[in-house]
Amino acid sequence: MKANIHSIETMGLFDGPGIRTVIFFQGCSLRCKYCHNPDTWTTKTNELHSIDSLVALVKPYKNYYESSDGGVTLSGGEPLLQSEFIIEFAKALKAEGIHVALDTSGIGKNNEDYRELLKHIDLVLLDIKHYSKKGFHDMTGRDNSNLYSFIKDLNNSNAKVWVRNVIVETINDSEEYIKKFKNFTDQIKNINKIELLPFHKMCNSKYDALDYTFPLKDFNETSQEKIDYLEEKLKNII
Amino acid sequence: MFNKGNWNEEINVNDFIKNNYTEYLGTDEFLEGPTKRTKEIWKKCEKLLQIELNQGIYKVDSDNIAGINNFEPGYIDQENELIVGLQSNEPLKRIINPFGGIRMVLNSLKQYDLEVPSKLDPFIKGLVKTHNDGVFSAYTEQIKNARRCGLLTGLPDAYGRGRVIGDYRRIALYGIDYLLKEKKKDYHSITDFTDENNIFLKENLKLQIKALNEMKEMATEYSIDLSKPAKSALEATQYVYMGYLAGVKENNGAAMSLGRVSTFLDIYFEKDLKENKLTEKEAQEIIDDFVIKLRLVRHLRTEEYNELFAGDPTWVTESIGGLTNDGSSLVTKTSFRFLNTLNNLGSAPEPNLTVLWSDQLPKGFKKFTTKLSIETGAIQYENDDVMRPVYGDDYSIACCVSPMATGKESQYFGARCNLPKALLMTFNGGVDEIKEIKVFDQIEKLSTESYLDYDHVMQQFRKVLSEVAKLYANTMNIIHYMHDKYAYEAGQMALHDTVIKRNMAFGVAGLSVIADSLSAIKYAKVKPVRNENGITEDFIIEGDFPKFGNNDDRVDQIAVEVLEYFINELRKHESYNGSKPTLSVLTITSNVVYGKKTGTTPDGRKKGEAFAPGANPMHGRDQMGAIASLKSVSKIPFEGVCEDGISNTFTITPNSLGKDENARVTNLVSILDGYFNDKAHHLNVNVLDRKTLKDAQKNPHNYPNLTIRVSGYAVNFNRLNKEQQDDVINRTFHERM
Repeated sequence: MKANIHSIETMGLFDGPGIRTVIFFQGCSLRCKYCHNPDTWTTKTNELHSIDSLVALVKPYKNYYESSDGGVTLSGGEPLLQSEFIIEFAKALKAEGIHVALDTSGIGKNNEDYRELLKHIDLVLLDIKHYSKKGFHDMTGRDNSNLYSFIKDLNNSNAKVWVRNVIVETINDSEEYIKKFKNFTDQIKNINKIELLPFHKMCNSKYDALDYTFPLKDFNETSQEKIDYLEEKLKNII
Repeated sequence: MFNKGNWNEEINVNDFIKNNYTEYLGTDEFLEGPTKRTKEIWKKCEKLLQIELNQGIYKVDSDNIAGINNFEPGYIDQENELIVGLQSNEPLKRIINPFGGIRMVLNSLKQYDLEVPSKLDPFIKGLVKTHNDGVFSAYTEQIKNARRCGLLTGLPDAYGRGRVIGDYRRIALYGIDYLLKEKKKDYHSITDFTDENNIFLKENLKLQIKALNEMKEMATEYSIDLSKPAKSALEATQYVYMGYLAGVKENNGAAMSLGRVSTFLDIYFEKDLKENKLTEKEAQEIIDDFVIKLRLVRHLRTEEYNELFAGDPTWVTESIGGLTNDGSSLVTKTSFRFLNTLNNLGSAPEPNLTVLWSDQLPKGFKKFTTKLSIETGAIQYENDDVMRPVYGDDYSIACCVSPMATGKESQYFGARCNLPKALLMTFNGGVDEIKEIKVFDQIEKLSTESYLDYDHVMQQFRKVLSEVAKLYANTMNIIHYMHDKYAYEAGQMALHDTVIKRNMAFGVAGLSVIADSLSAIKYAKVKPVRNENGITEDFIIEGDFPKFGNNDDRVDQIAVEVLEYFINELRKHESYNGSKPTLSVLTITSNVVYGKKTGTTPDGRKKGEAFAPGANPMHGRDQMGAIASLKSVSKIPFEGVCEDGISNTFTITPNSLGKDENARVTNLVSILDGYFNDKAHHLNVNVLDRKTLKDAQKNPHNYPNLTIRVSGYAVNFNRLNKEQQDDVINRTFHERM
C-alpha cells in the first residue's frame, strides 16, 4: 500500500502542539477560496511512499518531538481521501510512541466510517469552513453533509479536538459569525482548543505557477489584531 | 571570606568558582534597566560609532606602536566611568600594530589616506623583523601558489593570529604580584637546555614576566592597583578588564576573545550584594559599563581583510552558562546581567555572546536567552554537552566556535582550506581552475571523456586531500613558528599555565558544496566540460541526486566521510610545538570570497557563486524544512573529528517561529533542545524577515542597531558591503508557507 504524498515539512510549528513533521497528502475534493496549498488539490500521482518509508522518514525526529511534546501531523490536501493508508500509517506511528494529529476538513469519501481510523489518532485538527450549509458551499464549492458523519464518529472516539476556522475580512469576521460558529462547534465533544487562523496571501505565487486564479487575491490579509480581538470575543461566549 | 579549596594552593580559578558560585534558577524578573549615567555614556559612544560608520574608521593613533603600556590613558567621560581603560588615549582610536606584518599596516594607512609615522621606519627598513617577514622567508612556491589561487585563504600570516585567551580572571583572583611570583619560580626552574623547547619556554617566560609588570604599570596610569587580589565586584570587573585590555593593546589578532568571566565575577557580586555594599541597579551598572568598553575594541584592518571577516568583528567572545562536571549549571545572576546589556544598551554584535547550551540548563535561563535571541539576533548557542567531555567544565570559546580549557590550553589559528577547489584540482591534475596555476605536481589528470565514476573520483580526491593536508600542515607550522618568534603574545600567555596544551586549528570551507558535488557524481550522471586547456569549466548533470540538508544519509554521510578522512590526513603530520590538530567547519564571511575564487562545481553551483556559510546546506537546497536541515548538520561529529567547531546559521521569520512571543520562545527552546540532544555543536539564530533586510539595505539610517548572526559571530548589518548583504539576504529563510 502506498500513499500519494505532496510534500513533507519537518518544522511544523502550527499544526498541532510542539514541533511536528507534517505529511501533506496529495489530493483534495474541496476548493476553498482561501486555500494556501492549491498544488495539493489534484489527485494525480506526485510522490509515492510506503508506510515503512514514511515511518523511517519521521522516526529520526523523535528527539524533537520529545523536546517539544510534538509529533506527526497528517495533513494535505485531504488525508481522509487516503483513509486506508492513514489507518495503517497512524497505527505504525502509535507503535513507535509518536503523537499523531490529523488535520482535516472532515470531508472524505462518501459514506465512510472513520471509527477505526480515529482509534489511532491523538488529536484532530478540524477545519470548519463555515457553520452553515450555504456558507460552506460558497467557500468550498462542495456540500458539507459528510462533515456530520465525521463529527459523529469523532464524538464516539477518544481523540482530542482542536477546531479551526480561517478568518477572511468581510466574509466571516463579524461577531455574529463568531457566535454562530461557536454554536456550531457545541455539537463536537472533546474540544480542547478553538483556533481562529488569519487569512494570508503568501500562496499567491503558487496560484500563478499553476495558472489558477486565486479567488481571494483582492481581499486583505487578516491582521493578528483582528484574530486576537475575535478570539477574545469567542472566549466570552458562554 | 571565600570558601577555601585547591585554589588557595595553586592557580586554579575553576576550583575557586566551583567552591564559591551561586547557581541561579530563577527568571529575568530581578534584572534592572540602565541608569541615567549608563545611558549618557552610551549616547556619547553612539555618536562616535556613527562617525566611524560613515568614515569607515574613527581615528588612528599615529604616535605610538602596539604594546601593553605604550599609550596614555584614555576615557569616554572620566568623571562618570565606573570601569576605565581604552586601547589608546581615545575611544575607537585604532592602534598601529606592525609586529604581525608591516605591509598590512601600510595598506590600511594608505586606504584611509593617513601619513606613515616615522616610528614605523625600522619595520619598513627591515631593521625589526615581523611575523610576516618570517613567514615569507620560509614559504615555498607551492604554498604561495596555494594562497594565490585561494586553496588556502585567511591564513594569519600577515597580522596577529588571535584565538589566544588569557585567563583574565587570574588577575582579579590572585593579583599580579602572586602571578609574577609563580612565573618567576617557573622561570628559575628551567636549567636544562638539552631540549630546545626549554630554551623557547625560558625566553618566553622572561617576556611574560615583563608583560605582567607592564600590565601593572598600565593600570597604575589609570590609578588602578593590580598587585593584590580584587576586594569587591567593581574591582574584580575592573581587574579582569585590565587583563583583557592589555591583550588588545598588545595584539591585533583576528579574534581577541574574553573567555568565561560572568560566573566568576558573580561570586564577587553576590558577596557585595549580600553585604549590602551594592544594589542590583549598581551591579547591572558595572556590567553595563564593562560591556560598553568591550563594544569599543577595534583593530586596524585592510579592505581585503574586511572581505574575509566582514563588519569589523573583534570576537570579544564571552561564554555564558554550561554545566559543571557534576551536572549543576554554571548559570548565575551575572550570566543574566551580561545578556541584559542587550536590553540596556541595545543590540550589538560585540561582545560575541555565546550561550553554552545543555538540556539541563535552568528553564528560566533558556527562556531568557531565546527571548533575547528573537529580539536582538545577537546570541549564538554552542553545545556544552559535547564540549565538556573533551575540554572540561571551564573552557572558553575563542573566536566563533573554538573551545579551549581556559588558561590551560591555547590555539594556533589556521583559517581554512577550500574543499571544492581541492575537488576541482582532482579533475584538473592539481591545477587551479581559475588562474590555471599548478599547485600539485603529483596529481594525474582524471581522464573524463565520459561520465564521472564515483569510486574513481573518490580515490583521486583522497590523493588530493592527502596532498592538501601535507601542504596545509607545513604552512601552519611555518606560520606559528614565526608568530611565536616575532609576535609572541606575552601578556596573554602570562595569564596561562606555563605548560599548556595547544591545538592546531585547521578548517574547511565549502562542505555542503563538496557533499552535493560528490552526491551528484554518485547518484546522478555528471560529465565535465573542459576548456581549450583541458580545465573544467562546467559540468553536465543528468538526473536528480540527494542534497545535504534534507536528513538524507546518502549524502550526509559523504560529508562526514570527507571530514574524517581529512582530519586523519592532517594528523599524519607532526604539528609545530607539540600541538594537536583539530578541525573546524567554519567560514566566517569568507564563503563569499571563496565562492568568487572557485569555478563551477559538479553540484550545479556556477563559477563565482558563494558557498553556504560554515556547515550550512546550500541555499534553497534544503527542501524538507528546517528540522531536516538541522538534522543533517548535527550528523557532523564534534568529538574526534571537528573538535574546533561546526558552525551553522539558522534564519527563520518571526511569524514562522510562532504566533506570539510566548510561542516563539517555547518553540526556539524546543528546537535548541532537539538539535543539541542530537550532539550538534553550534547554532546562530536569526529571527527576522527578508523584507527587513532589504529595507535596511536601502534605508540604513532606520536600522542603526540591526544585528544579525553570520558564521560564528554577529555583525551590524550596515557594516557589511553590498555583496555581503546580498549573500545574507539570499540565504535560506525558513518560512511557513
